[in-house]
Amino acid sequence: MSDIVKTATREAYGKALVELGGINKNVVVLDADLAEATKTIMFKKAFPDRFFDCGIAECNLIGVAAGLSTTGFTVFASSFAMFAAGRAFEQIRNTVAYPKLNVKIAATHGGISVGEDGASHQCCEDFALMRSIPGMVIINPADDIESRQAVFAAAEYEGPVYLRFGRLPVPRIFDGSYKFEIGKGVTLKKGGDVTIIATGLMVGAALEAAETLQNEGVSAAVINMPTLKPIDRDTIVEAAKKTSLIITVEEHNIIGGLGSAVAEVVCESAPVPVLRVGVNDVFGKSGPALELLDIYGLNAANIVEKVKEGIKIKG
Amino acid sequence: MDADIKNKLSEKAANVRKGIIEATYSAKSGHPGGSLSCADILAYLYFKEMDIDPADPSKPGRDRLVLSKGHAAPALYSVLAERGFFPAEDLKTLRKSTSYLQGHPNMNYVQGVDMSTGSLGQGISAAVGMALGGKIKNAPFRVYAILGDGEIEEGQVWEAAMFASAKKLDNLTVFVDNNNLQIDGAVDEVNSPYPIAEKWQAFGFNTLEIDGHDFDEIENAVNAAKTHKNGPTAIIAKTVKGKGVSFMENKVSWHGAAPNAEQYEQAMTELMQK
Repeated sequence: MSDIVKTATREAYGKALVELGGINKNVVVLDADLAEATKTIMFKKAFPDRFFDCGIAECNLIGVAAGLSTTGFTVFASSFAMFAAGRAFEQIRNTVAYPKLNVKIAATHGGISVGEDGASHQCCEDFALMRSIPGMVIINPADDIESRQAVFAAAEYEGPVYLRFGRLPVPRIFDGSYKFEIGKGVTLKKGGDVTIIATGLMVGAALEAAETLQNEGVSAAVINMPTLKPIDRDTIVEAAKKTSLIITVEEHNIIGGLGSAVAEVVCESAPVPVLRVGVNDVFGKSGPALELLDIYGLNAANIVEKVKEGIKIKG
Repeated sequence: MDADIKNKLSEKAANVRKGIIEATYSAKSGHPGGSLSCADILAYLYFKEMDIDPADPSKPGRDRLVLSKGHAAPALYSVLAERGFFPAEDLKTLRKSTSYLQGHPNMNYVQGVDMSTGSLGQGISAAVGMALGGKIKNAPFRVYAILGDGEIEEGQVWEAAMFASAKKLDNLTVFVDNNNLQIDGAVDEVNSPYPIAEKWQAFGFNTLEIDGHDFDEIENAVNAAKTHKNGPTAIIAKTVKGKGVSFMENKVSWHGAAPNAEQYEQAMTELMQK
């Protein structure tokens, strides 16, 4: 594993912004004193005239992004997930989403893998918050390849988008032929006994779990679900009908995120057991990211356990 | 100001006020007090100052106005109707479930509304973003934001003010509609924003204090803002809440209450004489 190249999705975001900015002169980027960390600094260096630092004032950041977008710009506004989706929730709701403005809220440092900064900075509620806003598109890429494409897709899409990127370097999952599309789940592995639906950082662990299960005689399908909203109903229903058991995996509170979105669809259209792997409705704590992922059960071993639990329920 | 122009503006402002009363009476709710207090400022901006075109409401080069105190929607709708953006008759549909005239303005429903507002403290940030957009594009349009004096208790207002000043947005003019009343009482009793001018000054704004019902003073201040370079301007407009309707003036109870039939008749009679 050690020779695998790892890239944080925030890093891929920064690079994609520079690439996008070179092609599209209407792209403007805003940050709130975290440009080094969110990687918007790359855009700042490449296009200093189209980068503005709003300072430590996230509510104003979102409002400025909204106003700017009305003058014809595609605006990317960045901060940590906690302060974008959390602190500025109402600004996003009322000043961006309600008027359907062309603002991309690109939040980095999502989830528990923020690590040492601890619970105050580990946002495991952003999917829930953003999902509750009408019309919001939510994208949570799994690796650098998907992140780049998500940035371009968000820029192409006219309207509000929430993108979540991570701090932790993660192994590449996709190759150059991968095609990201807003609202589409992607089957990464076929299987008949259970479907594991994962998003973002957890897609790698889901694939690893499926491999372990295979060795134990359990055939697990793996679906990557980068778009949390609009959720890919067809793919979920098809999976529920095919495997009669679904496990969701996300670096987010088990309440309100991918697990909830999948359960809603399954309950309405193809009722089968849905078991959720995620942060179990608790606050995080300080520690190295990889240790924390294990502590909070965000790993392949816990997914395998959850699958076995599900198989018992399924009978 | 030329007497003819002043007479015309007075007539327009009176019509705007009639529209406010008409709309809130018909809706049986809404915010007449704070709408009436900013009617003269809006009448001046829409009939004398702003480069706008009802036939082309979203032309890119237009001047923009953000009603950050979005509850004064009846005033904005009334001035837009008077200016020809939509039929004045529609004001009677305010707040009805079939109407495009929401209780607080929605930019996607109403021609001429430049930003959806209603949640206090947020409009000014959007106005700042528009002004920044103008600077990036090197476009000559100006941006106006109208804030309530109670609204400036919101912390976001000062985030926006700090940023507007830091980015030297001299194409931004902020009006503070200083009618001295908010829902819970006099602003200085609830959570005093005073001294108001000094606060904006401390945040780097060119600051002017005027009588917000005097067209000469409004004009001088707006023109002074246009010639001020390298920073935004804040015009602190001393106003009377409920201005123009005797029984509503300076009464906090008219912040968010609609007139009944009798009060409606009296208000319209008074405004006919203006």
